[in-house]
Amino acid sequence: MGEFIVTLLTGLSSAAALFLVASGLSIIFGVTRIVNFAHGSFYMLGAYIGVTAVTAVGGGAVGFWVAILLAAVAVGLIGVAMEILLLRRIYRAPELFQLIATFGVILVIQDVTLWIWGSEDLVGPRAPGFTGAVTILGQRLPEYDLVLIAVSPLVLAGLWLLFNRTRWGTLVRAATLDRQMVSALGVNQRWLFTGVLFLGSALAGLGGAIQLPKGGADLLMDFNIIAAAFVVVVVGGMGSIGGAFLAAILIGLLQTFGIQIFPNSTLILMFLVMAVVLIFRPWGLLGKPEIPGHGVVEAPEAPLRPAGRGLRLAGALVLAVLLLLPVAHLAVPAAVDDFLLVLVIDIMIFVLFAAALHFIMGPGGMVSFGHAAFFGGGAYAAALLVKFAEAPMEIAFWAAPAGAALLAILFGWFCVRLTGVYFAMLTLAFAQIAWSIVFQWGEVTGGDDGILGTWPSDWASSRIAYYYMTVGFVVAGLLALRRMLFAPFGYTLRAGRDSPLRAAAIGIDIKRHQWIAFTISGAFAGLAGALFVYSKGSVFPTEMEIARSFDALLMVLLGGVHSLTGPIVGATALTWLNDLFSELSYWRFLLGATIIALVLLLPDGLAGLGDTWLARRLGLAAPASGSGANGQETPA
Amino acid sequence: MTALLEVDRLSKAFGGVRAVQDVSFAVNPGELLALIGPNGAGKTTCFNMLMGQIRPDHGAILLKGRDIAGLPPHRIWRLGVGRTFQITATFSSMTVRENVQMALISHRNAGRRLWRPAAGTETAQADALLDRVGMAEQGDRACSVLAYGDLKRVELAIALANDPDLLLMDEPTAGMAPRERIELMRLADEIVAERKIGVLFTEHDMDVVFAHAHRIMVLNRGELIAEGTPEAVRANEQVREIYLGSSVEAGQA
Ligand SMILES: Nc1ncnc2c1ncn2[C@@H]1O[C@H](COP(=O)(O)OP(=O)(O)O)[C@@H](O)[C@H]1O
Ligand SMILES: [Mg+2]
Repeated sequence: MGEFIVTLLTGLSSAAALFLVASGLSIIFGVTRIVNFAHGSFYMLGAYIGVTAVTAVGGGAVGFWVAILLAAVAVGLIGVAMEILLLRRIYRAPELFQLIATFGVILVIQDVTLWIWGSEDLVGPRAPGFTGAVTILGQRLPEYDLVLIAVSPLVLAGLWLLFNRTRWGTLVRAATLDRQMVSALGVNQRWLFTGVLFLGSALAGLGGAIQLPKGGADLLMDFNIIAAAFVVVVVGGMGSIGGAFLAAILIGLLQTFGIQIFPNSTLILMFLVMAVVLIFRPWGLLGKPEIPGHGVVEAPEAPLRPAGRGLRLAGALVLAVLLLLPVAHLAVPAAVDDFLLVLVIDIMIFVLFAAALHFIMGPGGMVSFGHAAFFGGGAYAAALLVKFAEAPMEIAFWAAPAGAALLAILFGWFCVRLTGVYFAMLTLAFAQIAWSIVFQWGEVTGGDDGILGTWPSDWASSRIAYYYMTVGFVVAGLLALRRMLFAPFGYTLRAGRDSPLRAAAIGIDIKRHQWIAFTISGAFAGLAGALFVYSKGSVFPTEMEIARSFDALLMVLLGGVHSLTGPIVGATALTWLNDLFSELSYWRFLLGATIIALVLLLPDGLAGLGDTWLARRLGLAAPASGSGANGQETPA
Repeated sequence: MTALLEVDRLSKAFGGVRAVQDVSFAVNPGELLALIGPNGAGKTTCFNMLMGQIRPDHGAILLKGRDIAGLPPHRIWRLGVGRTFQITATFSSMTVRENVQMALISHRNAGRRLWRPAAGTETAQADALLDRVGMAEQGDRACSVLAYGDLKRVELAIALANDPDLLLMDEPTAGMAPRERIELMRLADEIVAERKIGVLFTEHDMDVVFAHAHRIMVLNRGELIAEGTPEAVRANEQVREIYLGSSVEAGQA
């Protein structure tokens, strides 16, 4: 009994940080409609700044709490800086672009933190007056846990007062409920948004600082909290603070009790809960269904055209270079070395992966946050066949796209019921479940150690042979994807994206088409996974991680979502940049800064750069299209 | 003669707002039926329930004798109902012709074909439909750059692609110049006469309504308050009150 109560209280106390981060995330999303991926970084900064502040302020109990509040305010100001310097310029950009921008911020903050505080974990200062433990029915519980348990309801009450008793809070609430009202605010909108960013970021900072006596500060905090915070926000309902409170407690308890009951599946549990909630209550426990047609009106995409001479020429040129590269390698090995061949193989693989994701993102308008499930899932399908059946490459290779397609059929059936951010979150949840299974089911998958020994058959085992095999599959894959885009299926998919209202009113079963597209996309991602697992000779759970899904997302968005050229250019650029920067000590900073710069300078993606002048010179670019009348999607 | 569409006590409330309340009526083949009423009367909500965009709270909708209430729009379309929207809904990333082709492709159930390019399919028929609504010259333009009146005509071409038995037009002439209105309504007359389809339309321009409708229904605050021939409706006291005399008088001229 005592053990039960202590576990319960531990769960409640661990909910505190989760609630603070999640409520901040939720408030920011509610008003600005920006999903701030950097929120975990703000939490981490809160912890680091907190450590420094406690030392600097000193002065016992009062000093400790002053320092914690200072840390929260400092992080709030960092959030304001992000709003003014970055977000303010991209509110009108597509939702996803904002996401990518905040992802760039994560990378920058990681390296800045590393640079200021070093790579060693910091031990958190203890809270004066709460250093002991209380005994409950023979079980000990740190006193500070009781402080943390009190924090969530206090903050919740404070937020309630703020939102219900102040003019500013009323405005925030109104803006969360009605997007159109926000634009009617005019000048005040800026301050509303800046204020919201301050509040939301400060809450995350407070969360980071307040958990110091329990957890300290380390460089992995950002990613560790962000996944859980998303789960909380989604389960609670986006924009609902009460929901975040409930969900934080639910997840906090799930984690502490889960460890005791299923020590090996705690990760799965959390995402399983999220998946179940999304399936039965897509808008979360206390959230409200999204009213369609209130989002940003995006500029319409230009109609599809068959490849012009310029594009054909460019394609032929690239293909020629690809085919001749090994010849150059044999002729002048000093200039075209083995590393270059490996790099090009990597690039090709990610081009195919990104193109597969693009198939649902571009024409389908479905943004998957979890496509690594199919890339890594495919790779694992092949590797498992090698490990347990000693299948030769000719067979195991095909298990990858087939396995990924099956996985996509399963996940897709649930996911296509949702749209927008909710769809994205459900794909993330499923991908995390898949990842947790692979990570925690060590007997079969090897867990963290991965699966080794997936080498190509003899005929494909030389670098050059495998290189040509990769080129063959990737080029064929791209052509097939393109072919489908131009076929009735691709048109139907775009119809469902352009105007779900009209598409349904001409007999199109949108969900069914999206499900098929999701499956095709999964299969091609799996094919990329097959090429990957045989090029590396091994596969690890990292291939199914969130970070891998984000790689693909970044590639598509940076390249540009409006044509298949986008993912090709994006994957090439990003893989190459990664390779280039990985030698440097602060490569994350460079990559993050590059991403932010690209977002600010090229809102249409890298391929959009082509549209502006290069393509126009080649006669490739479609004429700029004017404003359309297609913003609204309420049936009127 | 059985009616093409029979609506029985159709109702829908949004929160406390009773948008449509116990509305019953019938549409016959070859009939041009107008549904009029002030803004917010519930006309669009009615249309949304007829084609499945909104699920009715209760009430029956019989299409050729079959209850279609609560079916999704794509199923209702396959049963022979076409629709235009008050706020146009077209595919902005496609050309005018492709928009119509899309409807034709869907009509042939060919939306799942993965290989043969879509560009060459159904072009002749799409052009014929565009010609019908006077948009033949603009087939290659992107839908996103069209004038609003032209978009409305594209919508009509799309709505005709599956040879519907019942056509719903929600303010088909809004945003059009007077001459365009006359042309469009003349086209509607022709189609009704030719194919014996039933057309239900809403319209704000009373001249248009009284000149073309075979029968008129008047909706006010979700309730049907009058129904009959144009003459009967024109003479109705309650209707005159709602419209403060102005529009109806104008229609008499
Ligand atoms: N999706 C909706 N949610 C809430 N209220 C709605 C919705 N659609 C319509 N209404 C309300 O229902 C009533 C009827 O609207 P509508 O059918 O659009 O009228 P009309 O087309 O005759 O102008 C109005 O009061 C309107 O505000
Ligand atoms: Mg209306």
